[in-house]
Amino acid sequence: MTEGGSTEVTGRGGFLARLRAGLQRTSAKLSESLTLLVGTRTLEPADLDALEETLIAADLGPAVAARITDRLREARVVGEVDLAGVKRIVVEEVTAILAPLARPLAVTAFPRPHVILVVGVNGTGKTTTIAKLGHLFQEEDYEVMFAAGDTFRAAAVEQLKVWGERLGVPVVAGAEGTDAAGLAYRAMEEAKASGRDVLLVDTAGRLQNKAGLMDELAKIRRVLAKQDPSAPHDVVLVLDATTGQNALSQIEVFREVAGVTGIVMTKLDGTARGGVLVAAAETFGLPIHAVGVGERLGDLRPFDPRAFARALVGEGA
Amino acid sequence: MFESLSDRLNAVFDKLRGRGALSELEVRAAMREVRIALLEADVALPVVRSFIDRATERAVGAEVLKSVTPGQQVVKIVHDTLVETLGAEAADLAVDVPPPAIVMMVGLQGSGKTTTTAKLAKHLAEKRRKKVLMASLDVNRPAAQQQLAILGEQAKVATLPIIPGQQPTDIARRAREAARLQGFDVLLLDTAGRLHVDEQLMAEMEAVAAATAPHEVLLVVDALTGQDAVNVAASFTGRVPLTGVILTRMDGDARGGAALSMREVTGKPIKFVGTGEKLDALEPFHPERAAGRILGMGDVVSLVERAAETLDAAEAERMAAKLAKGGFDMTDLLAQFRQMKRMGGLGVLASLLPGLGKAQAAMKQAGVDDRTIGRMEAIILSMTPKERARPEILNARRKIRIAKGSGTTVQEVNRLLKMHADMATAMKRLKKMGGMKALAGLFGGGAEAGAAPPPGLLPPGLPPGLGGPGLPPGLPGNIRFKR
Repeated sequence: MTEGGSTEVTGRGGFLARLRAGLQRTSAKLSESLTLLVGTRTLEPADLDALEETLIAADLGPAVAARITDRLREARVVGEVDLAGVKRIVVEEVTAILAPLARPLAVTAFPRPHVILVVGVNGTGKTTTIAKLGHLFQEEDYEVMFAAGDTFRAAAVEQLKVWGERLGVPVVAGAEGTDAAGLAYRAMEEAKASGRDVLLVDTAGRLQNKAGLMDELAKIRRVLAKQDPSAPHDVVLVLDATTGQNALSQIEVFREVAGVTGIVMTKLDGTARGGVLVAAAETFGLPIHAVGVGERLGDLRPFDPRAFARALVGEGA
Repeated sequence: MFESLSDRLNAVFDKLRGRGALSELEVRAAMREVRIALLEADVALPVVRSFIDRATERAVGAEVLKSVTPGQQVVKIVHDTLVETLGAEAADLAVDVPPPAIVMMVGLQGSGKTTTTAKLAKHLAEKRRKKVLMASLDVNRPAAQQQLAILGEQAKVATLPIIPGQQPTDIARRAREAARLQGFDVLLLDTAGRLHVDEQLMAEMEAVAAATAPHEVLLVVDALTGQDAVNVAASFTGRVPLTGVILTRMDGDARGGAALSMREVTGKPIKFVGTGEKLDALEPFHPERAAGRILGMGDVVSLVERAAETLDAAEAERMAAKLAKGGFDMTDLLAQFRQMKRMGGLGVLASLLPGLGKAQAAMKQAGVDDRTIGRMEAIILSMTPKERARPEILNARRKIRIAKGSGTTVQEVNRLLKMHADMATAMKRLKKMGGMKALAGLFGGGAEAGAAPPPGLLPPGLPPGLGGPGLPPGLPGNIRFKR
């Protein structure tokens, strides 16, 4: 197989460029409508309605869109608005909402291992994110171990094993259909025995309205806590940036059942804005650990709210 | 799926229903609320705009405002516009061509292409009697090819042997040759997930399409997708000759906006929807039925089909004959309970019935769930054959014995008896009214009554705890008429 390309690691500059390029299309759209708004004339109510729609189109959600538009409405009264001013306001708004939540994952557990349970609906990129997180921790000189807890999807275990081989990270796995909780327990024993700093536990994707499958996550949690009452130390929900308002339902249910402590947003390298992250931040206030901007190992980076917000409105980083 | 959008829309319509007259202003206000409901359901903005424009234009037309029941008129207009947006007719898959028919699956990462490919293969093999070959062209995601191979084993569908290192277009050519030489009817090509802005991968997809000239190119879209669905659909449409869309994860609790957007944005019909993780959880898409579900009118057609699929024909004959004689005893009730379970339990039934939102809520409130059915089953099973045939002989002592035997209480036994009596009465009435026609009338009532389950569906005078499961009476007769 030709998978060599995906092991390549990008540098920081490359990442920023890609994030900006990814956000470019929406930026273009947003600045276009903003330019229309404030070219030479003053803002009119209809312009603000159009802006509100644009924000909705970026998946920001009706409530956040309304709040931002209201701020602009006020600004127009003050009479200070030009294009840069409008952008500034939007950036400020979005940054103000997101800034308190940007918090990279930190390995703090004592005794080791620091256990991170990774959950989410199907197809959001959990397994890939685990590989990227593993790589990130390795760069910080931590000893990492993976647990292939997606025992349901065909070849999910193999997928994680391939990543493990590439990274030189041991993978604890069972046969397909193994009890995921039992596997997590065993992985923790092995991580302890071999003195690992971090144990990343993969899980099968599940829709949040499937109560039976969600209970399984609660069980994995309970089982991990048997060996270390503070484990899992982090429960990371992987959100797909292309997801719409349903992300809010995902966060709500996963937080309730699996005790999600933070979010990683993937697939931000497309045209999807992940605007729902802003709505989610307002509603739930969960930390945002990182964003995924590509398929390569280096394409996971700590979440930078200002860069996110600036890229969103098309300002240079 | 659709439930919460349906709830929102019905809240809007409830305000209009039963009104004697509507002003243009009121209609426009209602349409604004419909707009927000659609946006919250992640329907793409351009689609919302054109939808609202069309519906408003019709709704403020003279005939609505002068109509005796303007509220109903508006609901009908929204329904018609929904059907239009979803595409009027169910679309078929073009696999009845000189073999091998080539079907190419494309989409973003994580939209569910590989699973859907296997589901489609199983569907074609089992329902259309095709000899199917699957090939994975995904050389990017680790173990993606193995995944399809494993799924092939599970679905008992052949997969192309994996040659490590081979490039997608070469695999596609090899697959086509293999399909031709080995006499396969259909070749399914599962491609790698790609972002629509990834020029290299999009070009690769074009090359595969050019090399294989597929008869069907299906875009696999996650039903949870938000506003970006427009960009995705537009970019894929521009690069390959799409012929249709498959929506996955329709069993999630998303409000189904993507379903509404896809037809309009791609100009191509939604052909299938994925409704679960199992390999048989793939259903053909019926626009009209989906529109009915969105407006809370239920999906009676699907219900009847599901009944037909799960119903034991001999059993139905037996029961129909018995009903014709006017008998409906506990054994029949037991058979009905089991039939309901086979059809997917109360939740599934309620979701297909008219007025689904409120009926479901009422059932939840009353604590009626599949476990209630189980308890009622247990009660019947604790009766002697004689008691089942003639429940009227049940006296206090017998009831106490049955309650003990089934781990329930005498009250519950009484409730079941009352339910049985009511249903027997309903059956008799149904028989008098004349089978299918009457049944259609009962179901059809849903559109009129809108939010509430049509009264005829619920056996009259049921105790509150058993308000929900009134469905069974008509089913056996119904199926008989269908055949």
